Amino acid sequence: MNSPIEAIGLTPYLSIGAILLVLGVFGIFLNRKNVIIILMSIELILLSANINFVAFSAATGDLSGQVMTLFVLTIAAAESAIGLAIVTVYFRNRGSIEVDDITMMKG
Amino acid sequence: MNWTLALPEIVLALSGLVILLAGVMQKRGQAFFSCTMMTLFALVVTAALVVLSPDGTGYSHVFINDGFARFMKVLALAGAALSLVLGIGYAREMEIDKFEFPVLVLFSTLGAMIMASSGNLMTLFVGLELSSLSIYILCAFARDQVTAAEAGLKYFVLGSLASGILLYGISLAYGFAGTLDYAGLQQAVRGSAVLPAGLMVGIVFVLVGLCFKLSMVPFHMWTPDVYQGAPTSVTAYMAGAPKIAAFAVLLRVMAGPFGSMAHQWQLLIEVVSAASMVFGALAAIPQGNIKRLMAYSSIGHMGYAMIGLAAGTTEGTRGTLVYLVTYLFMNVGAFAGIVAMRRKGRAVSRISDLAGLGRSDPGMALAMAVFMFSMAGAPPLAGFFGKLMVFYAAINAQLYGLAAIGIISSVIGAYYYIRIVKIMFFDAAAPALDRAPVSVSFVSAGMGLVTVFFIVALGPVATAAQAAAAALFR
Repeated sequence: MNSPIEAIGLTPYLSIGAILLVLGVFGIFLNRKNVIIILMSIELILLSANINFVAFSAATGDLSGQVMTLFVLTIAAAESAIGLAIVTVYFRNRGSIEVDDITMMKG
Repeated sequence: MNWTLALPEIVLALSGLVILLAGVMQKRGQAFFSCTMMTLFALVVTAALVVLSPDGTGYSHVFINDGFARFMKVLALAGAALSLVLGIGYAREMEIDKFEFPVLVLFSTLGAMIMASSGNLMTLFVGLELSSLSIYILCAFARDQVTAAEAGLKYFVLGSLASGILLYGISLAYGFAGTLDYAGLQQAVRGSAVLPAGLMVGIVFVLVGLCFKLSMVPFHMWTPDVYQGAPTSVTAYMAGAPKIAAFAVLLRVMAGPFGSMAHQWQLLIEVVSAASMVFGALAAIPQGNIKRLMAYSSIGHMGYAMIGLAAGTTEGTRGTLVYLVTYLFMNVGAFAGIVAMRRKGRAVSRISDLAGLGRSDPGMALAMAVFMFSMAGAPPLAGFFGKLMVFYAAINAQLYGLAAIGIISSVIGAYYYIRIVKIMFFDAAAPALDRAPVSVSFVSAGMGLVTVFFIVALGPVATAAQAAAAALFR
């Protein structure tokens, strides 16, 4: 057995997962321009968790993490479909998808 | 394999598919009513199956059915059915009477039921997402209304972020405990004297994700906007079943897998609970829109219900369950009053629009007053007993500070609830509102009776809640 995870250990995988998570969270909060970028950031967050699952699964030899990954991929697909549909509905009403414009309700 | 454990869920999922087909077969524009009726029937049948379903774990431990799961599932089904009834007349007025509406409510409730029965972090996540994804669509269902689209977008973005954080937490918990099963997690947590930091971080992330779904402070930012923008019948649904499901998961995870490290998360829960109660009471005061006010009110109510979890005892869990029962019924009743707020066919939602309701529609005004007093916690209405039981549990668990904060914030909260009663009965009358649809009056009257005479049902409800809580701590 010479899987890469035995050669280089878990740390690089978890680091990439953590970096993707941070990128995703910052992409949602720092971006003031475009809702599509937010959808991409959400996808990044889900994928960061996926990398963790696969890495842990390979390291511990327990398959349930990989099963979970398949579920998450499916859910992520449904989520982005719904997200795009809602963005389309919003665009038809407002004619813009700038994040700064989403302020009809406040208080 | 004991597949009959999930029979209620299987029946509900299949009837969802059948109702979708039935909706497609019918002529456009006529399917809404029949599909709503079929959905209501499916929900009632499922509730009966839930009550009759046996105890046990199935599907290699990912699915648990016990007294606790049954209690929460029946509550979630009741909340869904009542808000569907509220939506019948409202959907036609708002031109959202499409047959997908009841089907989405059905699938969201299915997700809530799966969450209540989850025995594994995977089932938790899948149920949560099934429930949330359906609600994102429901929020933006009035697609020609800019506020609904905006509410849908906001809820989608923040809800997905919360799901992502929760999922990341699950991945860390999985990695450091080596399993996704609650039973396995429980052993891992109990076996280690010092918890690995990764597991701790994972647990906190899971907590954050669930607190977001419950709109606890400081993860409440989305609540007022989404409550205000979404169609009122959807808001009534959102304030019921999904919250109950999130509480079901929270109670199960905190009592089971993470129960033996209660001293580490207890303070966190106390802070979140106290902050929600105080914030819910203070931030609601300046609101002029009744749907926003109900949003802050539900933030506060979730804080009170959380006291029982902070106590971390069977008694506390029983208090939380009774609180959720009272909250569900008075909340649906109050939303019946809000759904009925229409003037010349247009929905209005300012609190001042209620002025003079005491003369123009005394029945509805009386019911509304009952719900407001009940939410404020006035005896002998339903809301009082919920509060009494959680405060009692907090004092028995020596959480005197939390109980004091709860009592003070419920006194502050009474101000804005009773202000609505004053506006309805004593203020100069605004132009009269339209007559309420029959289904709405029916729900309002029914919930009013439940709220007033809850003291009669208190014994059985408390006994059932006690059994459910005992099943959790076994």
